[in-house]
Amino acid sequence: MRRRASYDGIAIVAPHSTPYQRYSIETAHWWIAKALRGSLNSAGLTPRDIDGFTVSSFTLFPDTAVGLTQHLGLCPSWLDHIPMGGASGVVALRRAARAVQAGDANIVACVAGDTNHIDSFRMMLSSFSRFASDASYPYGYGGPNANFALLTDRYMQEYGATREDFGRICVAQRENALKNPRAVMKKPLSLSQYLEARPIADPIALFDCVMPCAGSECFLVMHQEEAERRGLPFVTLAGAIERHNAHPQDPIQLRGGWTMDIDELWNMAKSSPDAMDLVQTYDDYPVISAMQIEDLGFCAKGEAASFLRDKDMTITGDFPHNTSGGQLSAGQAGAAGGFIGLVEAIRQLLGSAGGTQVKGATQALVSGFGMINYDRGVCSSAAVLKAITI
Amino acid sequence: MTTPLSPPPKKDPQKRTLSPTRPPEARSRAFLGLSAAAAEGRFALQKCSECATFQYPPRDACGSCLSTDLKWTDCAPEGTILAQTTVRTSTKLFFRERAPWRTGTVQLDAGPVIICHVHGDCERNGRVKLINRLDRSGQAVLLALPDKRSLNMEDDPQLREMTSDPKHRRALITDGRQDNAPALAKALLEAGASIVFVGESETWRPYPTRAPLLEMKGVELLPLDVTDTQSVQKLAGEIGGKTDILINNARFLRAGGALARGDTGFAKDEMEVNYFGLMRLAQAFGPAMCARTADGVNSAVAWVNILSVHALSNLPEFGCFSASHAAARSLSQSLRADFRGAGLRVMNLYVGPTEDDWHQPVPPPKVMPAALARSMIQGLQHGLEETYCGDVAKDLYERFLDHPNVLEREMTLAGDGA
Repeated sequence: MRRRASYDGIAIVAPHSTPYQRYSIETAHWWIAKALRGSLNSAGLTPRDIDGFTVSSFTLFPDTAVGLTQHLGLCPSWLDHIPMGGASGVVALRRAARAVQAGDANIVACVAGDTNHIDSFRMMLSSFSRFASDASYPYGYGGPNANFALLTDRYMQEYGATREDFGRICVAQRENALKNPRAVMKKPLSLSQYLEARPIADPIALFDCVMPCAGSECFLVMHQEEAERRGLPFVTLAGAIERHNAHPQDPIQLRGGWTMDIDELWNMAKSSPDAMDLVQTYDDYPVISAMQIEDLGFCAKGEAASFLRDKDMTITGDFPHNTSGGQLSAGQAGAAGGFIGLVEAIRQLLGSAGGTQVKGATQALVSGFGMINYDRGVCSSAAVLKAITI
Repeated sequence: MTTPLSPPPKKDPQKRTLSPTRPPEARSRAFLGLSAAAAEGRFALQKCSECATFQYPPRDACGSCLSTDLKWTDCAPEGTILAQTTVRTSTKLFFRERAPWRTGTVQLDAGPVIICHVHGDCERNGRVKLINRLDRSGQAVLLALPDKRSLNMEDDPQLREMTSDPKHRRALITDGRQDNAPALAKALLEAGASIVFVGESETWRPYPTRAPLLEMKGVELLPLDVTDTQSVQKLAGEIGGKTDILINNARFLRAGGALARGDTGFAKDEMEVNYFGLMRLAQAFGPAMCARTADGVNSAVAWVNILSVHALSNLPEFGCFSASHAAARSLSQSLRADFRGAGLRVMNLYVGPTEDDWHQPVPPPKVMPAALARSMIQGLQHGLEETYCGDVAKDLYERFLDHPNVLEREMTLAGDGA
């Protein structure tokens, strides 16, 4: 089989996170403009300087990336719209990287943003996908809570994980979030608070669920020569994978598409799980973080709970995980939830993460998971980023 | 076992009547095949004509071989629960007001994995049997039942939301003079109806079914003439707020088509009773019933029309009568749209020739009143919208589904004669 070309020469630049808000009266367009401007400002660029643009958003309707070019005054030679929810960040990055390598674009802005009006979450649920409106939302209309409750129930039965195991993930992330001024959650969370929380859809309780909010994230992709010419600090892309609708024969999702491509990811990155200084998983529910930690090779299948029991997942710990607090504690800003871990990892490797900085971080794994189309998440993605000191 | 339903307490007029909220209605066009099957109580899934794979959720192309030739096919309903949850809060008001709500993932023996409602008596990871039912939005949902019957299982609150069970409900039979009235009343009472109102037109005129009706405990005879707007409105004013199931059995029937009759007299009577009667009842009782579809144990739940199966395709020997029932059937479709927003269900109970005076010249098989009553109760308990009673009705429906134009040609032959 032909091996994939490397991502040599790619520079990831100017990460920007617009502080999240629980509810916003603004539109997705507004939030996307904020993030784009944030990245451009920090890189000293104007909208005319970018010739590639990709966007991910759930609340942009009736617009797409096309409408945004005119709305935001962009004139790109390369345009994409990535509807992959939690997998969007890494997918945007690897597509942008290929466009830059091929010369289809010089500077690509990758943006994700969503607004959150009162009741807009409920409205989004009702039109999320055809299979969902036909075959999952009529059943209690628990939205993703009910879907993930079923996956969590099966995972716990299959592998003996307990609510305490999931609670430790959530509690550590809250501790990280308290060091992130942009996080929506500001109060500490104890394991007993987690365990005693209001049940939502058994075995899921309140602190297993993310808080829908408004927010946006952005970063730029360009050639390393371009970044150097402009004097912009950057991180590199060592490897990246994506996969959709993997393992359709599994009756219930206990693994994601990462398992199909994991060897290629680590080979391409010339690295391994234990070389990672931090790990950013997609954490819409803690069971999904556990699944990623297994499927990306940190431990064997079904052993995430025991693996994590011996680990400290906070910023200063031996397994820094979701250092900004992740979606569970920083909030889920729609499709920006697919960027939150990636943008935070870029900051970490640039050494600009501020209060959440992991000391001396040089390698990071970022993983994405998205789109419960019916009974399972269809999209998965992952990337290994490296600081240029390596 | 399920905790048996208690009779509802007397209604407190000071308290808010729960608004008729509904589960989500939006579905794809392909999905509507499942709803059509649920309307008849069948568990069917799409099956690929090329590779024989059962599909779920409904698709436009086979998920296995991309063939677009998918046929709704009755499917073995057995399966095993893989995972379960109890939804305790929901963004949808219907479920929010009814939480906790049990759902699960079932691996069907036939292949597909199905997210479904789960009956309270199903065991964790147990064997189950799926049924296909209409929910209050009028769309199909699948519900897992324990593979063996459990005690009082029909009283499960989730199952009861999908059905029109007469238990603890109050029914109105619109015409006590019909031969079938005593059998219908008896069956409703046996199924647990708390009271059966029976309409009586021209009360001064004696009729044979009066005595057996009066003998039944729980039956209350009330004046009602479906050809008289005032009479219908007056009764609706009295009992419209406590009619949970309305059974329209009023019927005017004479033999013959247009040429067999010299004028339009009988045809007018047929339309007055069979078509305008239904319309008067709907206009008088419909609004009150629609307002009470979420009113607890004895909520308004179903509207039953007993229709001739020749509403589907005309029987020339009863040509004008068939036409009036075709009109009534068409109106019932319009009522479905009117009632749907409230979650009130219209069940059409189709029947062939019935065992009565006016059908004496028709050869058997004919439907006995008790058989009609059984079909009605079964239809209500299964929450159906379409049900066919007796061999003639079933045969005609099958031929109708097969090819309505061929059926019409079969029905309208003149015969070779001499």
